[in-house]
Amino acid sequence: MIFLKSSISTRWFWAPSAAPSSAAVSLPDSCEEELLIRPLHSGDIYASFQFRTLWDTDFLHQGKKVSHYRLFPKSLGQVLSKFSVRELHISFTQGYWRTMQWGQPIVPSPPGAELWVWFHNTVADVDGNWKELTNVLSGIFCASLNFIDSTNTVQPSASFKPLGLGNATDHRFLRYATLPREIVCTENLTPWKKLLPCGSKAGLAVLMKSEKLFHSSFHSQAVHIRPVCKDWQCSSTAWELRQTLNVVFDLYTSGQGKKEWSLFKMFSRTLTEACPLASSSKVYVDVTDNPEGELFDLSPATSVLNTAVVLGDRRTYSVYDLTQKETFGQLRSLNLVLRWKGESDMLRPLLHAERYVAGFGLQTGEIHTLIYNNHPYRAFPVLLLDSVPWYLRLYIHTLTVTSKTRENKPSYIHYQPSKDRLRPHLLEMLVQLPPHSVTEVTVQFERALLKWTEYTPDPNHGFYVGSSVISALVPSVVAMDTNNTQERPLFSSFFPTKEESSYFVRVYTEPLLVNLPTPDFSMPYNVICLTCTVVAVGYGSFYNLLTRTFQVEEPSQPLAKRLANVIRRIRGVPLL
Amino acid sequence: MGLLSDPNRRKALTSLLTRLNTPIWGMPVEWLVKTMQARGLEVFTQSFTRTLPFPDENKERYMVRGTNIYGILRAPRAPRTEALVLSAPCSPDNSNNQAVGLLLGLAQYFRSQIYWAKDIIFLVNEHDLIGMQAWLEGYHHTNITGMDYTPLQGRAGSIQAALSLELSSDVITSLDLVLEGLNGQLPNLDLANLFHAFCQKIGVLCTIQGKLQRGDWDTAEGYTHAVQTMMLMVLKQASGRPWGDHGLFLRYHIEAASVRGINSFRQYKTDATTIGRLLEGMFRKLNNLLERLHQSYFFYLMPSLTHFVSIGYYMPAFGLLATILLLRALDLWVQLGTPAQVTEDGAGEVEPPSSPGVLSVLTPVVISHLTGVALYTLPVLSQETAVEHFPVSETEAVVLTAIAIYTAGLALPHNTHRFISGEGTEQGWRVLKLVALLYLAVLLGCTALINFSLGFILAITLVPAAACVTPHMPKALTALAMVLLSPGCTLLYCVFIFQELQEAPVTLPEGWMLFLSVISQGILDHSLYGSLVYPLLALLIYPCWLLLWNILFWK
Repeated sequence: MIFLKSSISTRWFWAPSAAPSSAAVSLPDSCEEELLIRPLHSGDIYASFQFRTLWDTDFLHQGKKVSHYRLFPKSLGQVLSKFSVRELHISFTQGYWRTMQWGQPIVPSPPGAELWVWFHNTVADVDGNWKELTNVLSGIFCASLNFIDSTNTVQPSASFKPLGLGNATDHRFLRYATLPREIVCTENLTPWKKLLPCGSKAGLAVLMKSEKLFHSSFHSQAVHIRPVCKDWQCSSTAWELRQTLNVVFDLYTSGQGKKEWSLFKMFSRTLTEACPLASSSKVYVDVTDNPEGELFDLSPATSVLNTAVVLGDRRTYSVYDLTQKETFGQLRSLNLVLRWKGESDMLRPLLHAERYVAGFGLQTGEIHTLIYNNHPYRAFPVLLLDSVPWYLRLYIHTLTVTSKTRENKPSYIHYQPSKDRLRPHLLEMLVQLPPHSVTEVTVQFERALLKWTEYTPDPNHGFYVGSSVISALVPSVVAMDTNNTQERPLFSSFFPTKEESSYFVRVYTEPLLVNLPTPDFSMPYNVICLTCTVVAVGYGSFYNLLTRTFQVEEPSQPLAKRLANVIRRIRGVPLL
Repeated sequence: MGLLSDPNRRKALTSLLTRLNTPIWGMPVEWLVKTMQARGLEVFTQSFTRTLPFPDENKERYMVRGTNIYGILRAPRAPRTEALVLSAPCSPDNSNNQAVGLLLGLAQYFRSQIYWAKDIIFLVNEHDLIGMQAWLEGYHHTNITGMDYTPLQGRAGSIQAALSLELSSDVITSLDLVLEGLNGQLPNLDLANLFHAFCQKIGVLCTIQGKLQRGDWDTAEGYTHAVQTMMLMVLKQASGRPWGDHGLFLRYHIEAASVRGINSFRQYKTDATTIGRLLEGMFRKLNNLLERLHQSYFFYLMPSLTHFVSIGYYMPAFGLLATILLLRALDLWVQLGTPAQVTEDGAGEVEPPSSPGVLSVLTPVVISHLTGVALYTLPVLSQETAVEHFPVSETEAVVLTAIAIYTAGLALPHNTHRFISGEGTEQGWRVLKLVALLYLAVLLGCTALINFSLGFILAITLVPAAACVTPHMPKALTALAMVLLSPGCTLLYCVFIFQELQEAPVTLPEGWMLFLSVISQGILDHSLYGSLVYPLLALLIYPCWLLLWNILFWK
């Protein structure tokens, strides 16, 4: 698999700062911060923060204990060395990325929490380490990651390859888990902000006011740790900590329906300085669709433009360097303002997917996954990863893959059946998507009846099934463009270059909410009440009967009889 | 709640209403799509076609072709797992334009709010129930009734609750809540409570079965009024048909109700803003639900919006009726003497050793069920032949064929006897009656569990006949009584009682025409939406009644 590519396609982003400044050479660690603002065609606005800390140290070196931390957060460093983690990716997302309206995200993530970890291949007890690691991370990020156990952990064989250095292919050292129900809020944001070198005191992080970040359509925060090359010769490795935060602000709820955005409107803050610890601090605004300023006005204007191929598309960015004094102008603050002037149509994303449960009733159902290939002429393969909890019993013989009403035989299927209360189903498939088609993957399932203690506190809400993950190398839009010869010399465009011909994309479908047959939990309560009443009444009367002594009471004679007896006694007649 | 409080929004709603009131041919699909998109919804359409088994004369449709339009309001920071539905049927005669206008107004207002936790689907369905059926089948990717539809492009997870809005008149004086759904299913009682609570809060007049609630519960008039309201509900539920667009949601375990604006209490007047506030309030409440509505009753009858009769109260009444059958069966079994091998599954596998053989019992059972099958299949199948030979329309042909087969079944005893070689014995009719009683008890019991009202009405009319009938009664008188208590006649009475309760009494000929249309509607409901009342009556109840008829004419 060549999914390692993903890092390359996004590598450009840090390219300008790859050559370390003279000050950073002497220090073993450095950090950079960036904010990308992309106006979306729906009128919404996408803001993506990226913070990167590089440190050339070796956490995993035996016997050598790293104890001096400068920029790299100590809490994470200790976790890395204690659990021999080689690569760690964790994301917390609130909301679903609307691919059809917003295009591809810079960093994809599924709704809820997602955690995947590659352990070092010296680890003997991977499951034990994983269990402890999730509990520790749960504490660090204030999240319910401690609910990750064997019933929702899988070991994907092909979908998740290491993004950093190393050629690990043994998926025994990989663990992947999602918690689709995890709700992300300020209590997760605060610990995340504390990992930043400047905290939220200076630099781009001052924009992260939680009341604004959570007044949005989409919120996703992530931490990625991986080993990378220290220099171009790759003679030694460095650890890279990358923190990302992606927010989409809604036109109607945040923007009051006006297509006018500013930093102040989005974050209720403006930028006044760069993070003093950062070697580079930049704001990028995507102006690709706006070469002549016909779509929107951007102020203050900047002459620094940067062109790069990101996610298969050639994009142009206005760059604001926060380390330069002149960026802030007279007012000593930078408040970017974007005013939309025209309407434009969005390019349909080449790959997107959706998923739903079909059928009705509480016995069986069918999971449908639709994968759309919108490329007009090229077919490409995708890897589909499905992890379904055990209480949906998949009938794998009913698995069908159809594209254009014909059966589409997957070239690779990895299926691991579930074990009740132990592990989930894992289904991985390599499917070739024909050009301009919808591929439908369906599989039927039966809903299991849980034991009554296994129901969640709110069982009638339903049970979540995590997102499917679709990983693909998608043919690039740049390669589709046949009229790009104005920009490039003719000799450069005969054979499509490798980097630009396709790019790595990971698409997550929506999670599913499935109702299981649920007993009426008020019934035990009724039973308890009824039993108590019966016992009280029964016990009370029995106790009464058993402890009471019964005596025959002599009825007193009526007055008339007594009078008669007196008279009889006088007369000497026998008494009555 | 600030819906339509600012003049701009009110103006927008007014312009929408005016736009919709201009005469148009069919549903303005493109306009609706554009309008919904302009309000920031994700808009999708679904087209469907359906050919009815025979023309529907009430709604004048045969080949139905339509388009559903729905816009999804994506809740901010929600993962597309849960949704609520607000639907408004849109018909070519512009009768529900107010509702569509209000729906669009609400969509615009809802879109600018941040508090939504569930996606909200605004659905405008064409051809009322047929469109709704197509949309629901498309959404859940099922096909129960053989509808042709295009697959849906956008979904929003599992639907938690739905409201259907019908404002058929320009002046709305009160809002009526319609609960009865397909096969007598009802939504959770909490939905009715929610509606009532908000009506009280906002000060809107609310009714159920079109009847206002009276304050005096203890007086005779108040009591009669409540009983009338409840009887209306019983009759509606027994019909097994969806009484509003909400009725089809219930199959998918989605709590749904229709809110219908009615114009009958002149002194009150409710404007669109108030209804909008009511709906906003209900949707915000539903939006806050963590679980599906499940805490309250699913089986209830409502004498008024504030009172209900729960299953614990009404089931004993039915239980007592069913006990009559069981006691009678026990009595017969004892009378039959020693034979203990009588199986009680009632399907006709009775082997009474002392009776004149299996044949004498099995023959009437089989023949009456064959008549039932004929009643179920022939009317629709033979409509073309009937139209060729008689001067009737297709619909009339179907209904009259059904009545003809029903009546022809009365001649069954003669036919049955032709197959039985010997004379029927005393033992013979007793075994047959035992079978019929147990069969009826099981049938009614199952029916009452699913649709109490239907089971109860059938029990009231069939149990006396089943309990008393013997071959030794005066033939003519008993036969008349039995015909009067047969399922067909029960249906006729129900039509008259229903009209009487609705304060729209009909004359005999009108009632007869209504009766015919009710039969055609029943058959249509079965083939269009999968209502089970027609097959139940034709395939099970009617044959069972024929068994009793056989006993009366036992020789």
